[in-house]
Amino acid sequence: MTVRPVLILGARSDMALAIAHRFAKAGHPIQLAARDAQSLSAERDDIALRYSTEVSLHDFDALDTGSFAGFVDGLPSLPHVAICAVGLMGEQSDNETDMSAATTVLRSNFEGPALILSELANRFEARGSGVLVGISSVAGDRGRATNYVYGSAKAGFTAFLSGLRNRLAREGVHVVTVLPGFVATKMTEDMELPAKLTAAPEEVADAVHRASITRQNVIYVRGLWRIIMLVIRNIPESLFKKMKI
Amino acid sequence: MTLSGWGLFPKHAARVSAPRNEDRLQALVAEGDGIARGNGRAYGDSAISTENTIHMRHFNRMISFNEKTGVLVAEAGVLAADIISGFLPRGWFLPVTPGTKFVTLGGMIAADVHGKNHHVDGSLGNFIDWIDLMGADGKIIRCSPRKNKELFSWTLGGMGLTGVILRAALRLRAVETGWIRQTLHPTPDLETTIDAFEAAQDATYSVAWIDCLSKGAGRGRSLVMLGEHATLEDLPKPRRRKPFETGTKRKLSVPFAPPTGLMNGWTVRAFNALYYWNGTRNAGEGLVDWDSYFYPLDAILNWNRIYGRRGFAQFQCVLPLESSRQGMHRLLEEISNAGAGSFLAVLKRMGAQESRFSFPMEGYTLALDFPVNRRTLALMTRLDEITLEHGGRFYLAKDSRMTAETLRHSDPRTEDFLKMRDDKQRQVAFMSAQARRLAL
Repeated sequence: MTVRPVLILGARSDMALAIAHRFAKAGHPIQLAARDAQSLSAERDDIALRYSTEVSLHDFDALDTGSFAGFVDGLPSLPHVAICAVGLMGEQSDNETDMSAATTVLRSNFEGPALILSELANRFEARGSGVLVGISSVAGDRGRATNYVYGSAKAGFTAFLSGLRNRLAREGVHVVTVLPGFVATKMTEDMELPAKLTAAPEEVADAVHRASITRQNVIYVRGLWRIIMLVIRNIPESLFKKMKI
Repeated sequence: MTLSGWGLFPKHAARVSAPRNEDRLQALVAEGDGIARGNGRAYGDSAISTENTIHMRHFNRMISFNEKTGVLVAEAGVLAADIISGFLPRGWFLPVTPGTKFVTLGGMIAADVHGKNHHVDGSLGNFIDWIDLMGADGKIIRCSPRKNKELFSWTLGGMGLTGVILRAALRLRAVETGWIRQTLHPTPDLETTIDAFEAAQDATYSVAWIDCLSKGAGRGRSLVMLGEHATLEDLPKPRRRKPFETGTKRKLSVPFAPPTGLMNGWTVRAFNALYYWNGTRNAGEGLVDWDSYFYPLDAILNWNRIYGRRGFAQFQCVLPLESSRQGMHRLLEEISNAGAGSFLAVLKRMGAQESRFSFPMEGYTLALDFPVNRRTLALMTRLDEITLEHGGRFYLAKDSRMTAETLRHSDPRTEDFLKMRDDKQRQVAFMSAQARRLAL
């Protein structure tokens, strides 16, 4: 058992909730942060009952970057592990034509996640301990016609996490980059996804929990993705630009 | 998608939705021919509707727990396994449990499941304080033994055909440890087995593994297993400090279904002989952890695949007390003569029960699996007939092949069940493949 609290940012998604369950099961108190946090009270009660642990709710808006410092100061205690599961896929076609839609996608996947982790990183650094986990995406490994607005924001987030890890490596603070691949969640409910490449949210949760303990740097939840993305990253641009993938 | 129950037979192409909130659930119920599905552990087609299967996996939250009374309020999709892992460490266990922990609360209520303590405590329904049920009109009604008690009693054992179970309050049982004090009695034939049950009416748990293939003098030889929740004093000293920690066991898994299955007369006969012999060596008392005692098969994930791709059917009937000895003898005779039977045959004494449509009645229940083929299907029809001759009835949570006529002959309560279904458009709103087959 442990009393080190775990903060989940963007706690409403299936993946985030599965991660909350996993850490609660390991005995951690949980801080769930999301917009309109009170609407997560059923989830709070469920997690608290199942694992006999404390679960608190905190209003958090990933687009309201000015509120971040106050948000972190307002937490009951500085978490030991902070996991950023904020993300918004949007519709690529909208993102191409509607600049405000594209702005929201770029800010939700890059600006917000990067800045809140910055805020936490500085405090973790001062304390000299902690784990920061960023849920990024394989979509950030190479821009593709079908989702490059989302993908480029994730690419930015992945680069940010890499830099942050580099900066904090000697300060006792560890940074994990998670590239989940396809996950069977509400976001992908209506898509036809290949079973071998699709993880359950609980699988992602196990992987994140494991990585936070063993201090892995970059994890692909299903190993096959590492190979697929290696191939995709290495296709020459002259060929890649004509491909439909 | 293709859906089946735990027995992998029959298979249906079915439309499946997994609503995330009550509004969406309401819209699905309004479409008609809906049936709620939990974790798919009913053996046959109870939780399949080709038109409108409603998967309840998103309704899986625990809502509240009263530390004094042990009353847990939870959504229907919560698993028995989750209840145990959440509350056994605090000294609470399920008051009644079926043979697997991978069932949902909603599924357990719909089948009004029984356990090894049925002769003492009755079925799960005795421990349900109330149920929130979404009816055919989409409205949610709370029913209990006091309020809307008709609906409450039809919903217990009603196989989801009264509405969609959303939430329920379940009274858990206080226990001091996670261990069971088990006593094992080998019994050489059916008469002795039944005598052993009758002599053990005070035991909290009782069940027998029965060898369905042995003939002659050894017909019905069994291992009768009695159990009590171990108290703190029952544990060896080093275990008393952490009485709920029983350790985690490695899970085995059957990775795929072989084309024809591994269960045939030879392998089962060999297994049974070995199992009985092993039981006679280990006769007497011992401590067993809760998981091995209640859920031995859960240790082998996907064990349903060992019967092959065509799947298997489980036969489970209960005979009234007065005809049990003779009836069980006839059933065993038929099974052993056919040389078909599984190593998972179970005999159990049931206690008295008054209920609208639940399975249990005072007497003896026999349950066993058969790989599905023409020969075993014919055998099961003969077993149906023997059951009818002895005034018995069948467990709908296991059934995948009975006829509507057999159900009506076995259970005069069916007529009232149909009247209830006819009322309030329930027959339009709720229909499973099983209900269609049984003309319910």
